Amino acid sequence: MSATTDPPKDGFQLSQLIYDTRYRSMTIQIVALVLFLLGVGWLLNNAAQNLAALGKPLSFGFLGEAAGYDINQKLIEYNNQMSHGRAALVGVLNTLLVAVLGCILATVLGVVIGVLRLSNNWVVARLMTVYIESFRNVPVLLWIVLTMAIFIESFPAPRAFRGENASASMSLWDSVALTNRGLYIPKPELYSGSTAVIVVFLLSIVGIFVFGTWSRKRQEATGQILPNFWIKLAIFFVPTLLVYFILGRPIGLELPELKGFNFQGGIYMRNSLIALTLALGLYTAAFVAENVRAGIMAVSKGQSEAAFALGLSPNRTMNLIILPQALRVIIPPLISQYLNLTKNSSLAIAVGYMDITGTLGGITLNQTGKEMECLLILMAIYLAISLLISSVMNWYNESVKLRER
Amino acid sequence: MSDTHAQTVAYVRETMLPEQAPPSTAAGPIKWMRDNLFSSVLNTVLTLLSVYFLWVVLTLVLPWVWYGSWTASSLKECREAVAGLGLAHGAACWSVIGERYLQLIYGFYPDELYWRANLAFILMLVALAPVLYPNLARKILWFSALYPFVAFWLLWGGTLWTPVVAVAGFVFAYLAFEILNRTAGSLVAVIAAILAPVVWWLLLAGPVSNGLASVMPLAIEPVESAKFGGFMLSIIIGVTGIAMSLPLGILLALGRQSDLMIVKAICVGFIEFIRGVPLITLLFVASTLLNYFLPPGTTFDIILRVIIMVTLFASAYMAEVVRGGLAALPTGQYEAADALGLDYWKATRLITMPQALKISIPGIVSTFIGLFKDTTLVSIIGLLDPIGLTTNIRADSNWNGIVWELYGFIALIFFIFCFSMSRYSMYLERKLKTGH
Amino acid sequence: MKKTTFFGAVAAATMTAGFAAAGTLDDVKAKGFLQCGVSTGLAGFSAADANGNWDGFDVAVCRAVAAAVLGDPQAVKFTPTTGKTRFTALASGEIDMLARNTTWTFSRDVDLKFTFIGVNYYDGQGFMVPKELGVSSAKDLDGATVCIQTGTTTELNLADFFRSNNISYEPVPIETNAEAQQQYLAGACDVYTTDASGLAATRATFENPDDHALLPEIISKEPLGPLVRHGDDQWADIGRWVLNALIAAEELGITSANVKESAMAAGNNPEINRLLGTEGNLGEQLGLSADFAKNAIAAGGNYGEIFARHIGESTPIGLARGLNAQWTDGGLIYAPPFR
Repeated sequence: MSATTDPPKDGFQLSQLIYDTRYRSMTIQIVALVLFLLGVGWLLNNAAQNLAALGKPLSFGFLGEAAGYDINQKLIEYNNQMSHGRAALVGVLNTLLVAVLGCILATVLGVVIGVLRLSNNWVVARLMTVYIESFRNVPVLLWIVLTMAIFIESFPAPRAFRGENASASMSLWDSVALTNRGLYIPKPELYSGSTAVIVVFLLSIVGIFVFGTWSRKRQEATGQILPNFWIKLAIFFVPTLLVYFILGRPIGLELPELKGFNFQGGIYMRNSLIALTLALGLYTAAFVAENVRAGIMAVSKGQSEAAFALGLSPNRTMNLIILPQALRVIIPPLISQYLNLTKNSSLAIAVGYMDITGTLGGITLNQTGKEMECLLILMAIYLAISLLISSVMNWYNESVKLRER
Repeated sequence: MSDTHAQTVAYVRETMLPEQAPPSTAAGPIKWMRDNLFSSVLNTVLTLLSVYFLWVVLTLVLPWVWYGSWTASSLKECREAVAGLGLAHGAACWSVIGERYLQLIYGFYPDELYWRANLAFILMLVALAPVLYPNLARKILWFSALYPFVAFWLLWGGTLWTPVVAVAGFVFAYLAFEILNRTAGSLVAVIAAILAPVVWWLLLAGPVSNGLASVMPLAIEPVESAKFGGFMLSIIIGVTGIAMSLPLGILLALGRQSDLMIVKAICVGFIEFIRGVPLITLLFVASTLLNYFLPPGTTFDIILRVIIMVTLFASAYMAEVVRGGLAALPTGQYEAADALGLDYWKATRLITMPQALKISIPGIVSTFIGLFKDTTLVSIIGLLDPIGLTTNIRADSNWNGIVWELYGFIALIFFIFCFSMSRYSMYLERKLKTGH
Repeated sequence: MKKTTFFGAVAAATMTAGFAAAGTLDDVKAKGFLQCGVSTGLAGFSAADANGNWDGFDVAVCRAVAAAVLGDPQAVKFTPTTGKTRFTALASGEIDMLARNTTWTFSRDVDLKFTFIGVNYYDGQGFMVPKELGVSSAKDLDGATVCIQTGTTTELNLADFFRSNNISYEPVPIETNAEAQQQYLAGACDVYTTDASGLAATRATFENPDDHALLPEIISKEPLGPLVRHGDDQWADIGRWVLNALIAAEELGITSANVKESAMAAGNNPEINRLLGTEGNLGEQLGLSADFAKNAIAAGGNYGEIFARHIGESTPIGLARGLNAQWTDGGLIYAPPFR
């Protein structure tokens, strides 16, 4: 104990590693690192021993073997002779699909519900409160199973569309069929000349941005405001439609029709996809709505009063004053809601949606018995998706922040 | 006095008129409806739409709920009984709930021992009281500290010596610290305080507990983990997960905030890894992989494995909540602690952590709500939580094919639990706000 | 208060760490109970009633083994396993034996390293369709939506069948039988495919079973049996010969009703005497008591009784013996001699 009372000497003493604040942090860190590495090493050593005892050495060779099972929903070409790795890729794409659809639904619904909850209409505000509370306080797994059950039980089966006196019929001029197997919608069919229409369409989208920039400059220069919304709408529709009709309607629709057991043709959105998207979207929307409400309420009343005093219309007040400020409060929690939704999409297994957990972490794992390898890859994939989302959204978040003065 | 003036200026009214009721359009329910329901065209449309929606839903659901059968003993019998009522959408078969509600709550826990589960639940509320309502006597905190052992003993049964011996480990740690701190210095004391209980638990606790039990059993009937199920299982997993993740979460949060680069990197890595993967993959690890990572021959109860993984999962979220609490403290608090000459651990223990934890209570409660809801995922790995039990009930040929009643009942119970907790957390937030 | 709960984990770990290592038989005897993995719920094969008592065709095998080893058919603890967790539960030693209608395949035996101790039910994958579809053969199912119970061999068989017949289909993978049934009844899939026994059991619980038909094609062989880990031959022998004892008992006419009398005194059928332990030392050779077979039979009856009580024609499941009749009746159920 004498070392602490003595002034530091020139020579280095071992006890300084513990009692000298200059070295102590280094000591602690090295001890922590050693302990951490020992712990990890112990776990890995155990795993290696156990796997060796079971005769299951760690190997990823199974990814190249034929999977042998079929997947109903595939965004890329796949059949049961392709490899487990390919099946995993199909699963990843399905996960991403449901995550993107769910996030869009959750954002749109969440914003609408969050705003409506602040509405001064008593019935609507109460109804939204009931919605938010009932979705937030019941497990998402239960919602997923329930949505699927409602979907299956309340829509007609394809065989109800058959026969002379069918009990169900297609809607929207026989172009859309809503069955309990999913939704069949028309698919665009491209004939010659369709490229021109698509190019014009893309050009008009560019045109909208160009017009927006020009209009803003003009407003800053002259103070005049054009009816931007209507002009943009016109740019969006008019040129494309004109070219479409001039070229003699080069894009047609392939309508779904009942053939054999199922509807054939058109785009088929499976019940599992719809139920999962709906359940995840509705569930997450309840959380997003609360974020939106908190964001709007975080903007002080003085801001909107000041905007009104400047003579801005309620619309412009919302767009120019309140939303930009509220967004900064809303977006960070929104990122984590997106992340949650993506992670919750792993519950797809409950409705038989073939996401990555269903393919790699489900059937592949069962068939090959490679738990360690499958789960490692599964976790790595989710981790990569999560990090990607949070970095993209953080980047956006930063760019929103930069605009503030 | 009015007489004199009354004649001077005829058109001046000298007396007050009696107060009149406001016109019916500006008061009472009509005014309220005008203001709140029909203030604009859009509002009117929204109101009408909402009312229509409510009408459709309620006319669909209420008769179904109300006319449900409570007496049928199988789904077939119930469907026949309900068909006699002539309702458009049929009616519920609540008798499945009547028959199985005890199972949905307690799982397969022996029914003569339900009182133990109930007692453990009530004691849990008592143990939580000083944490949730800070004005209560601090002495109850001692009970809170002992509660996990009491609950473990009540729920799993067996000899009383197991939890007693376990508590003894902490007593030894404390004694070792106190004695050595005086004689051999703080560092030795800390190391001894860590080593003593570890040695005790790993080497001595088992034989000592067995020895004591053979002398004086003091045992109640043991219940194996496989009998745990239903909401009891959800609560056990949720509460233990949160309780055990709190100390871990605090350490992780401190690690993440610390200046020590390596420690920080380890903590950040752990937190981001856990937060980046779905709980279900961690549960798959619990059910299929955890045994691989333990010394050959070790087997764990599946419930214990799930609790371990759930704890790791919750601790990452807890760390973020606590970090939020630490970040919300004014820097003055940290500087004041430094100015007083407190070292890092004293400053953390006495100044910053108590305040940070107090601020984080609402966050902790909402983490708990999230975790409690997520306990339903254990059904996917074959544990018999309420959702897992629905599969089991539907495998009974009497109730094969029943859906809505079971899910509805489970959803309702979850709603009651989570809603009341979220209200409590909101109340707490309000209270904490006025404190400033 | 919080960190103290951690003790529970530590204590339990130290307590359970003592087991394993030694032979499974010694473990089971030391524990005093058999840990048996079963399905989370499949009508007739394994299901828990309102009091938490497990019962069913697979469960009965566990009880017979427990009775043979420990003398008490109730000395079993059941671990409900899913298609995903069953093999790891067995491989990691969490359960001593798996009786969860598991198909005996080459890769499970050789690659996953399990020993199947026999076949207690000969099954095959079949198809169920509503009669109104007018389908009479599985080859007419081109373009149909097929519900499959996932995590089993069924999805591989299905893929093979449709590929070899060059017809297309839309698979709908589903975790549990209950959900598959719900989708099938609502018409979300045209066909439900799983083991024929499961189909019959499921159909039996329908409101109108006659509206649904099982197609004649059985597209796979599914010998279902209990299994144990590789590497413990004594334990595998015990399981195998308990199962054989139940089968032999039916052939020899020993039932749960008459097993006590038959075991009291040596009769004049030497095979019965050897089986029931009044002659020879078969039990001793296995490391069990002489009356192991008697206990196993007394637990739930012989193979035929177990079959009749849980899945036979008088139960709601209503399965005929078919392939699972004794070899003397033209079935495949055949016990090697007790000698």
